[in-house]
Amino acid sequence: MAETLRHAWRLARKDLLIEFRSRTAILSAAVFTVLVLMVFNFGRDPTAVAAVDLAPSILWVTFTFAAMLALNRAFQLELENQALDGLLLAPVSRASLYLGKLLANLIFVAVVETLGLPLFALFFNVAVLPFVAPLAAVIALASVGFVAVGTLFSAMTARTRFAELLLPVLLLPFMIPPLIWAVLATAALLAGRPLSEVAGWLRLLGAYDIVFVALALVLFPATVSE
Amino acid sequence: MKLLRGGRWITAAGLVLLAAVYVRALAFTPIERFQGPAQKIFYVHVPAAWCAMLAMGLVGVAGILFLLLKDPRFDRFGEASAEVGTVFSLVMLTTGPIWAKPIWGTWWTWDARLTLTLFLFLLFLGYLLLRGAVTDPGLKARYSAVLGICGLVLLPFIHLSVYLFRTLHPQPIVLKPSAPSLPGAMLVTLLFSFGVFTLLYVGFVVQRYALSILREPAEARDHHA
Repeated sequence: MAETLRHAWRLARKDLLIEFRSRTAILSAAVFTVLVLMVFNFGRDPTAVAAVDLAPSILWVTFTFAAMLALNRAFQLELENQALDGLLLAPVSRASLYLGKLLANLIFVAVVETLGLPLFALFFNVAVLPFVAPLAAVIALASVGFVAVGTLFSAMTARTRFAELLLPVLLLPFMIPPLIWAVLATAALLAGRPLSEVAGWLRLLGAYDIVFVALALVLFPATVSE
Repeated sequence: MKLLRGGRWITAAGLVLLAAVYVRALAFTPIERFQGPAQKIFYVHVPAAWCAMLAMGLVGVAGILFLLLKDPRFDRFGEASAEVGTVFSLVMLTTGPIWAKPIWGTWWTWDARLTLTLFLFLLFLGYLLLRGAVTDPGLKARYSAVLGICGLVLLPFIHLSVYLFRTLHPQPIVLKPSAPSLPGAMLVTLLFSFGVFTLLYVGFVVQRYALSILREPAEARDHHA
């Protein structure tokens, strides 16, 4: 178990190091996030709809799109020079390979979300600070869920034609349950509801995470082994 | 090929019986007091929904069996079931709004069942798109199995989420479907229709399965070319 986790961390570190050296993907994702937030600003009539009514949806649609960009990258990285074959030959278990990719994707998505949240608060004049801790919990739990499924699917779509298009088509139906719960939880938080009202959504998000991370760990070997 | 001919006969029998369902539903089943003739679509809509669910369930089961046993027959079955399921979910998604417009006063509403069935349709489409995008037959089978299993696990979650989502709000009174306690004649028609649709599902799947066997040499040639 400890071995698996250590290998996973090694693999994640490798991915993050590649990312850190080039910084193309993370910068693109950050710029993309800013642009999506801007598009939303112009996509609503400010005199008719209050920002706070739309805010939860804006936040989550932005995060969803940004995560999608990150996920496409994870396995495409390994296609160059058949790096994936090298990884598969390395003496690490398939589970640690999946966990490593999951971890790298999560860190990537977390960075984008950390940049996105203050911008969101700024652009839409939403006071995020009073409930930043529960909001972070919602964001973390929802992200783990859809990044877990997304990492599994991107292992498959990376080796298909139209990978960039196919991943969202496959993944969006799987993003909907965590997205619905996250939007509802965010709306409750923004409206200043007590934390007890959010606990139910958090539990559901946690259940989704556990089920899909476990399922992905079981199914992942089938997507890579020859 | 025997299998293909068998599938054709089953389908032909299903289609003849489908005509019988129509005749029975339109002429020999009482008109529902509150909904009027619009309720007749129920005898097509509900069995189609049943077949779509059945198809998705079997796609998932075929995926599990394929990953465990590595038998290509399960993959072929999954493909056939997904294609047939797509058609049935399309039937369900078109007949639903036709009924909903006069009864609910709206073509579409984000009710739990409607959302669930729309996702079912999208899952089928995603499954077929993935199959179309992978050229290697071995990869295609494994990928589809993985997606089919994930889809099977997702459905209860979607059901749970939309169910909770909607019940947090008061239900509009028009949109509230009352628990149907069917009178005998209607129940008989419905069960008859269920049987016929299931038969049609079997007939279509058998034909599609036989076709994919016939197609296999051509696909293998294309892949190596």
